[in-house]
Amino acid sequence: MEAELDTVNDADGDQFLTFILADEEYGVDILRVQEIKGWGKVTPIPNTPEYIKGVINLRGTIVPIIDLRERFQLETKPYGPTTVVIVLKVVTEERDRIMGIVVDAVSEVYNIAEDELKPPPNFGGVLSVEFIKGLATIDEKMIIALDIDHLLNSDELAVIDTAGGATN
Amino acid sequence: MSIDMSQFHQVFFEESFEGLDSMETGLLELGQGGEDPDLINSIFRAAHSIKGGSGTFGFTAVANFTHVMETLLDEMRDGKREVTTDGVNLLLASVDVVRDMLTAVRDGSSLDEERVGSTQAGLEAMLDSTEEATGTEEGQAKIAPAAGWQIVFKPLPHLMQTGNDPARMFRELAQLGDLETEVDLTELPPLEDLTPEECYLSWKLSLHGEATREQVEEIFEWVDGDCELNINPLQPGSAKNEDTPEIQDEVPEKTKNTQAVSDPAASKNSTTTQKSPARAKSGGDSGSIRVGIEKVDALINMVGELVITQSMLSQIGEDVEEFDQASFERLRDGLQDLERNTRELQESVMRIRMLPISFSFNRFPRLVHDLSSKLGKKVELKLSGEGTELDKTVLEKIGDPLVHLVRNSMDHGIETPDQRVAKGKSETGILHLNAYHQGGNIVIEIEDDGAGFNREKITAKARERGVIGENETLSDEEIDQLIFEPGFSTADEISDMSGRGVGMDVVRRNIIDLGGTVEVTSRPGEGTTFTIRLPLTLAILDGQLVRVGNETYVVPLVSIVESLQIRDEQINTVSGRAQVYKLRDDYIPIINMHDAFSIQERHGEYADGLLVVVEGNGQKAGFVVDDLLGQQQVVIKSLETNYKRVKGVSGATILGDGTVALIVDVAGLIRLSRKKSNSTLRSVA
Repeated sequence: MEAELDTVNDADGDQFLTFILADEEYGVDILRVQEIKGWGKVTPIPNTPEYIKGVINLRGTIVPIIDLRERFQLETKPYGPTTVVIVLKVVTEERDRIMGIVVDAVSEVYNIAEDELKPPPNFGGVLSVEFIKGLATIDEKMIIALDIDHLLNSDELAVIDTAGGATN
Repeated sequence: MSIDMSQFHQVFFEESFEGLDSMETGLLELGQGGEDPDLINSIFRAAHSIKGGSGTFGFTAVANFTHVMETLLDEMRDGKREVTTDGVNLLLASVDVVRDMLTAVRDGSSLDEERVGSTQAGLEAMLDSTEEATGTEEGQAKIAPAAGWQIVFKPLPHLMQTGNDPARMFRELAQLGDLETEVDLTELPPLEDLTPEECYLSWKLSLHGEATREQVEEIFEWVDGDCELNINPLQPGSAKNEDTPEIQDEVPEKTKNTQAVSDPAASKNSTTTQKSPARAKSGGDSGSIRVGIEKVDALINMVGELVITQSMLSQIGEDVEEFDQASFERLRDGLQDLERNTRELQESVMRIRMLPISFSFNRFPRLVHDLSSKLGKKVELKLSGEGTELDKTVLEKIGDPLVHLVRNSMDHGIETPDQRVAKGKSETGILHLNAYHQGGNIVIEIEDDGAGFNREKITAKARERGVIGENETLSDEEIDQLIFEPGFSTADEISDMSGRGVGMDVVRRNIIDLGGTVEVTSRPGEGTTFTIRLPLTLAILDGQLVRVGNETYVVPLVSIVESLQIRDEQINTVSGRAQVYKLRDDYIPIINMHDAFSIQERHGEYADGLLVVVEGNGQKAGFVVDDLLGQQQVVIKSLETNYKRVKGVSGATILGDGTVALIVDVAGLIRLSRKKSNSTLRSVA
């Protein structure tokens, strides 16, 4: 039922929470934002890609934290006082997951209607555009609206539990 | 106004499966000679509910099938039909079919239509056959009548108040063929005394045509119980009508209490199961759980105490200004109370997930019953300790391994009656399933008094497969362990249930995955005993905290053999890369945790560190760690919920300071490091 609610709201293209990452402003569907935390100690997980910083304890649940700068292969910046973690709910076929992304700073909440969201241009393979929902212009700024489900659900993160544990 | 019925499906399925289980238990008892009218009644009622429910939800196929079963049971409970072994077996097979049908409807899986059809035909054939085989021609004719049916329909007065209308039913009947109706007005009272809502009429109907009995009965299904209904075939020469033996009066004077158990040999199964209502959710992962009220009450009490302790503590916290020695003491006491309350609450909640193992044991009487007739062996099943409780998840997962072990015992262990008598044993073999608590574990024993292991055969097979060397001699225990090797089987032929050698290693793997162990002891000629040990709960682990670099990891205590200070001289290198440690007489591969987990390079000599000797999957290894921190019970949190499975890590936990610590999967890590060193070896070579 929640999934239906989400799609209804997505269709209207309601509110987006925007954040800054390397001087660019990105937006995520606000209904997917569970909370915003300050950056804290993270337990690294072995044998995982660099951009997965590790996991944290979020009131009893283990939540993986992903650094979007590293994910987008941008220049890394040391974490400062404005560095925050946005905890998001990611919808996959099997169930909903909670994941966190590290961003430079949180910006605003904007209303972006469906028609204001323009499709992203094809960068010709330089940059994968699967996880970009579209581009919007607010106050002469360009906001890149992200599709969280595609961004945080790529093959590296997908739980393909082959043979239920026989691989190990 | 249409109601969305699908929300009720879940409940319907749960109840129906329970009903099927209780039917099965009842039928098994019936087969034992338990000719209790109440028993037959309860079996009938279960079938009736399933029929009604499936009809309501539009699962017509199920409803039709169950209807035939119900008719058969109805005759049995009215005493019109004897309870025969064939009947019981046929009904047992039907229960299986209904289970399959319901599962197919619920899961959308495929269904063996042929089996459904043939079982249904079998039921109908039984319904229509007579004890004295008179008029078999007519018997056949009832299934597919050429001439038609004569129906005597006498509604009870309240019939119309149930919402049924005879006129409507007749209209439907008329669609099946040529319908002649003859109304009987004898009961009709004078107009002044007439109550409009009551039915005083009865009818004799003649339906000519090729309708089947089922079609006719279906029309009258809704008024079942609210009328008297007689359906008899119409003979072309209608003078015979009165002489046509009606099904209802077939079985003459035999009283209800005689049971024609025709084949004593086939069903000599006495079970000593207690008559627990079989509410087993055997095999299926169900989303709900039944909890005894006392457990919930205990929980409520404990939460109450917790609330009291919490308010006491917050009160102390409020008086911050006057925080003196006395307050400090009270704070300490309060915290101790809190610890006790939390621990009790935790135990209490975990007990909610505990179900008695009888839910798993309940499927075995049926299994043993079927297998013993299939194999031609006589087996008596003894169950003890059915009340022993274990965690629901463990219970669900231990079911299949247990089934496999029981099958093995019956197939390979217990001998045929002739063999047994030749050995001087009793004809009937005994299979004993026993469960009890021991320490923090539940122990399940499967014991048979069969032939035991043929150790020569096992050793020969192992040599043949290269599992052991030609000249290796093994102790008896070691030989017994060989059966757990993959692909191992000494069965001469592969029967459809065992002998393929796929089973035992999977069984052991499943049990190990549950955190348990399985052992076997065998006494040749006397019998074999399998002992399974399982932890009482999955979610908690006794762990040893270790520090590696800046990170803390948890190593399961059960995997740790010993820990020691590293002595440089004991370290040897193999092929320039892999390192081993000489521990007494063994060489144990050293796993550098920093390497294995790709943390930053380890600084300093090994001699600064400690070696934790672990065992995983039968292999020993040594983890190099920087420090041993305490031992504690940790709650296992899954990494997979929000992330995914990581090799070498079996989960995570939250330490006292709120940080996350990863729990090491010992077997996995050993495998992982071996792969790594193999690949580096290959690159070197």
